[in-house]
Amino acid sequence: MMNKIVASAAQAVADIPDGATVLVSGFGLSGQPVDLLDALAEQGARDLTVVCNNSGSGDAGLARLIRLGRVRKLIASYPRGAESQAFEDAYAAGRIDYECVPQGTLAERLRAAGAGLGGFFTPTGYGTLLAEGKETRLIDGVGHVYEKPIRADYALVKAYRADPFGNLVYRKAGRNFGPLMCMASATAIVQVHACVEVDALDPEQVVTPGIFVQRVLHVPDPYLAGDRA
Amino acid sequence: MTLPRYSRADIARRAAADIPAGSYVNLGIGMPVMALDYWTPEDGVVVHSENGILGLRARTEADPLDPDITNAAKQHVALGAGGSYFHHADSFAMMRGGHLDYCLLGAYQVSETGDLANWSLGQPGLAVAVGGAMDLVVGAKRVHVLMEHTTRDGRSRVRRRCDLPLTGAACVDRIYTDLATLDVTPAGLLVRDMAPGLTRQALQAATDAPLRYAEELAHVD
Repeated sequence: MMNKIVASAAQAVADIPDGATVLVSGFGLSGQPVDLLDALAEQGARDLTVVCNNSGSGDAGLARLIRLGRVRKLIASYPRGAESQAFEDAYAAGRIDYECVPQGTLAERLRAAGAGLGGFFTPTGYGTLLAEGKETRLIDGVGHVYEKPIRADYALVKAYRADPFGNLVYRKAGRNFGPLMCMASATAIVQVHACVEVDALDPEQVVTPGIFVQRVLHVPDPYLAGDRA
Repeated sequence: MTLPRYSRADIARRAAADIPAGSYVNLGIGMPVMALDYWTPEDGVVVHSENGILGLRARTEADPLDPDITNAAKQHVALGAGGSYFHHADSFAMMRGGHLDYCLLGAYQVSETGDLANWSLGQPGLAVAVGGAMDLVVGAKRVHVLMEHTTRDGRSRVRRRCDLPLTGAACVDRIYTDLATLDVTPAGLLVRDMAPGLTRQALQAATDAPLRYAEELAHVD
């Protein structure tokens, strides 16, 4: 029977090569796969292109990868925040490339990749600097901008519960980019608070079906200590 | 010159009070997320947050500091009755698809024709951060801006034309500031409300764009 559960964080990220494109879930700290990001920092891959809504906070997770100089380019919608100094320092010093993408366009570009689409036209950003150089079209009299899919080699995602088939349930708004990033990557690696037996998840409640997930890592969430999920 | 001003809380409260029952409303980073504190369940307003929540309510002492229930500014909030969670593509379909009745946004500048600038200060070395603003302004049925009327050095944020990069053109319907409430109309900006004690002359002096006044302000000099 299928079993996607891996034994360690190091094993989960071992094959991510230099130059890989890596999707990172999360909205701020909610849904950020900190343990997988720490494992990637230890593993040492460089010249990464990271796609994430934000840029990490403090010196943990994505902020640590940026601080270590492992990220060549960040594709994000809102890399600023109370604790985004690692990115802001790297950007001001010219040590990191940055592509700003409207948040809904970022989500839809991921979804398009996962759904096998060649992109889409969106009214978002039409007439702004973020549409410069992009194909445009008037649709029913409204200006639209063509946006390409974002496909990736890997996704690092945090979910709540998984079964051995890789079926996922998320926790509250920690879901955010997770389902889209699992779809958009060739190898989706998911850290979950709880691994459960086959058939322990209600099939009608599964949010990400296992076909979109390649590896599952069990990492109990300190915030949920005592929660048996 | 010290002008009579509304506080930040006053701005959020005024903006919240104008949202009718039955509305779906998105709250952006800055003063907009403060509006959440001024609705009760009886107001019948359903609050959307871009990170995948419908039915946000303000956190009380009894609610845990849950890392997975935050507003757009990543501050802890709570989920009210009838709430739901969803992924980012659905969250932004709600915006772009025209399903939200209102969005409340912060801004750097708004023009007299409703152009909005709120994502880029145009400064090299300072990363821009657009978040969900461009999706909201193309999709929400009405766009209300909450901002300070002037910059720290006294420059008007309410302008004939924005000189910062635009988030969207002709998209703002109403502006709430610490000095006034202004409607964007085909004939220009219409002042609906002013900070108590503020004169028309002082308000105009603090505003780059020309102002007209609603009838209910006939008593204010």
